Amino acid sequence: MEFFSQHKIYDFMKVSRFFITTTLSIALLSIVLFFAKGLEYGIDFSGGTIVQLKYDQHAPIDKIRDDLAKDKMFAGALITEFGSPEEIQIRFASTSGGVSEDVGDKVRALLKDTGKFDVRKVDIVGPKVGGELRQKGIMAAALSMLGIMIYVAVRFEWTFAVASIITLLHDVAITVGALILFKVEMSLDVLAAILTLIGYSINDTIIIYDRIREELKSTKETDLMTVINVSVSKTLSRTVLTVLTVFFVVLTLYVFGGEIIHGFSFTMLLGVIVGCYSSIFISAPFLKVLGFSVEEYKNKIALKEKNKIEKEKMRSQYEKGTV
Amino acid sequence: MNRGKFNYRLVIFLIAIIFGVGMSMPTFFQSEKGAKVSLGLDLQGGLHMLLGVQTEEAIKSKIKSIASSIKFFAQSGDIIIDDFRIDEELLSFTLLDKDEEKKIDEMLKTISGLQVNKEALRYTLSLSDKEKDVIREYALSQAVETIRNRLDQFGLSEPNVAKQGNDKILVELPGIKTADDEQRARELIAKAAHLQLMAVDEKRKDRTNTMSPMEAAQYGDVILPDARSEQVKHILKEIPVLDGSMLSDAKVAFSEMHQPVINFTLNSEGAKIFGDFTANNIGNRLAIVLDNKVYSDPVIRERIGGGSGQISGGFSVKEAHDVAIALRSGALLAPVTLLEKRSIGPSLGADSIQASLIALISGFVLVSGFMLFYYRIAGVVANIALIVNLFLLIAIMALFGATLTLPGMAGIVLTIGMAVDANVIINERIRELLRQGVPMGQAIEHGYENAMSAILDSNVTSIITSVLLYVYGTGPIKGFAISTAIGISVSMLTAILGTHGIYEFLMPRIEKSKNLSLWFGMKRSH
Repeated sequence: MEFFSQHKIYDFMKVSRFFITTTLSIALLSIVLFFAKGLEYGIDFSGGTIVQLKYDQHAPIDKIRDDLAKDKMFAGALITEFGSPEEIQIRFASTSGGVSEDVGDKVRALLKDTGKFDVRKVDIVGPKVGGELRQKGIMAAALSMLGIMIYVAVRFEWTFAVASIITLLHDVAITVGALILFKVEMSLDVLAAILTLIGYSINDTIIIYDRIREELKSTKETDLMTVINVSVSKTLSRTVLTVLTVFFVVLTLYVFGGEIIHGFSFTMLLGVIVGCYSSIFISAPFLKVLGFSVEEYKNKIALKEKNKIEKEKMRSQYEKGTV
Repeated sequence: MNRGKFNYRLVIFLIAIIFGVGMSMPTFFQSEKGAKVSLGLDLQGGLHMLLGVQTEEAIKSKIKSIASSIKFFAQSGDIIIDDFRIDEELLSFTLLDKDEEKKIDEMLKTISGLQVNKEALRYTLSLSDKEKDVIREYALSQAVETIRNRLDQFGLSEPNVAKQGNDKILVELPGIKTADDEQRARELIAKAAHLQLMAVDEKRKDRTNTMSPMEAAQYGDVILPDARSEQVKHILKEIPVLDGSMLSDAKVAFSEMHQPVINFTLNSEGAKIFGDFTANNIGNRLAIVLDNKVYSDPVIRERIGGGSGQISGGFSVKEAHDVAIALRSGALLAPVTLLEKRSIGPSLGADSIQASLIALISGFVLVSGFMLFYYRIAGVVANIALIVNLFLLIAIMALFGATLTLPGMAGIVLTIGMAVDANVIINERIRELLRQGVPMGQAIEHGYENAMSAILDSNVTSIITSVLLYVYGTGPIKGFAISTAIGISVSMLTAILGTHGIYEFLMPRIEKSKNLSLWFGMKRSH
């Protein structure tokens, strides 16, 4: 079984200008959206309390609301269904109460007339912890991008490194923009998904870069557009297939993984698609925008080659004792 | 391909299979023997708490205890000092008699880390920054130790108490099932168990209810509430006669009224101070203060030698028991506050395991089915590598004593998708060569060579992010970082080396066969 015609070279460069301008603008818009509206931070980052209940039968949400209102601790609490009609989530901003006071006990006492239920989860996060986590998250994202950039610069060329970072920023920005639009709450899992994406979506980019490097070494072709078109076309089935296998598992995670990791699986699902698209339409074509020169690169390789041969020669001369 | 050559790849792969399957068995069957992957709190249920230690308080209480010893020294040496006060972290007093200067100076020298500032006979004392750091660090490790001791005595299985950063403690209590147990555990942890014996300010006791805390401070007094009723106040000398650091034991006993009480014993130094104080203050009252609440303030009838005392005050048996545990295991030098608490009921954990297992199995079926359908025998080879990868992942996690969390499960599911990536890359390279008419044997060899750099580069970048995720992540996220990092690393062994070994083993058949469709699922192009 094969997906793509294997001998055809698709003209990606012809359409890349359109795609680069369109999605980079979308990415920019996402960044604007991020600063203007911002993400909805879950209690992991903003602090607060979440209590999760599971009833034996359909949860009487109105009665729960009324009964909780009796205690001012729950003033302004958000009471919603969570995944199924039996499950209820109560969340509120307050994190007051010492170590020995228990919100779970309070909920149990207040809701004792609403039916049989089980307190499944109580999460209390203080504002200080939340702030620290947010800092750490940004730090981790920035550092992993920096790490990748250095790695790509060492293994390839600085132009490749810059293009790969632009691609990564583009992926992250669009993913975050989508999270804002779909009102997905920023939690630790979502952060993990974004960081995973940074590490994952670079993979396809690297497969393509690797092929460009190989093409540059083997052909006499000096037109960057052609080199990129050939490289992207030849790696197309690999790119799509590797993304497809990951897409499958992330999809099963989204469908079967349950409400608790929805944030994670949804973000991954989004990111895998965006990452695949950008590897093909942004990462390699962007080399042209950055003014990567095939000739210079070839000269550089030739020079390296020459130096190597020179060194070999010197060494062999030295070993033979002629120097 | 050299036929008959030693197939080291296959041998390594077989060793990896034996290792992986063998070492992951204890985890699958949850047998007692051997290392196994333990389930995180989010999967088995339990209590997770992040506590902040107010280390500054430890410095303040150190200042107070220095004050106590200076006062005791002065009194026992008949040195008169005046205007003795504590202002946050500063201690000051005036010496009345210049002749005593030398004695006091000698004494102050014996206290480590003390900075003495003298203006005429006015002394201002503070602790050096280095000493403060030492105290802060000690307060943290002491808190960890104390909480650990208390939880051990409480009888919980495998409590985990660990330092986090400079001023935080992570407490994990797996297997706390009932709300009652949770409550007790939380109280035991938070109990400062700071015992102080303080003199009642008899001169000003009539004005207790009208005096503001500020005014009291001017006289060197504090106003503390009664343990039984918040409304009842007591006025006490701020500098305690002695504190719980001189405690050597605490036990639950019963009073004549069959009420539970706590008997405590002081060490020899404490006993001496206690004896001297009671001898000099007959007729006055001494308050027994626990965690800034006054439990009783008996009148001193006679000198109390032997250094033992009693805390009574309407405890329940359980409470008295827990207070005794807390006192025995030592007071917390610095109070702890709750920064984060996550409690997960066992039923939620079970549901999470179930959901992620379903995702794991269906993800596996989808990916392996796809590989089989798309690549035929090459797909089978990749799937074998994938299965071995999962076994090895579990085995290595077990060896490291890693904890499996819900995001960790997601990481394993993701590994399934990412581990076959290497095989897809290799297989596509092989197909490319086959299309150019290269014979199968050669195509396989060159396919592996050509694919290497791309696989290496992409895996290294994934590992870079995993490492950072581990360093900067917390709790469950660390679990995710661990499982993906191990999964990717292991896939280099299984998906590259292992599958290569299998092809080498199959090489005689491959070279005989011309059926590209059977081996690599592609159409013949010539």
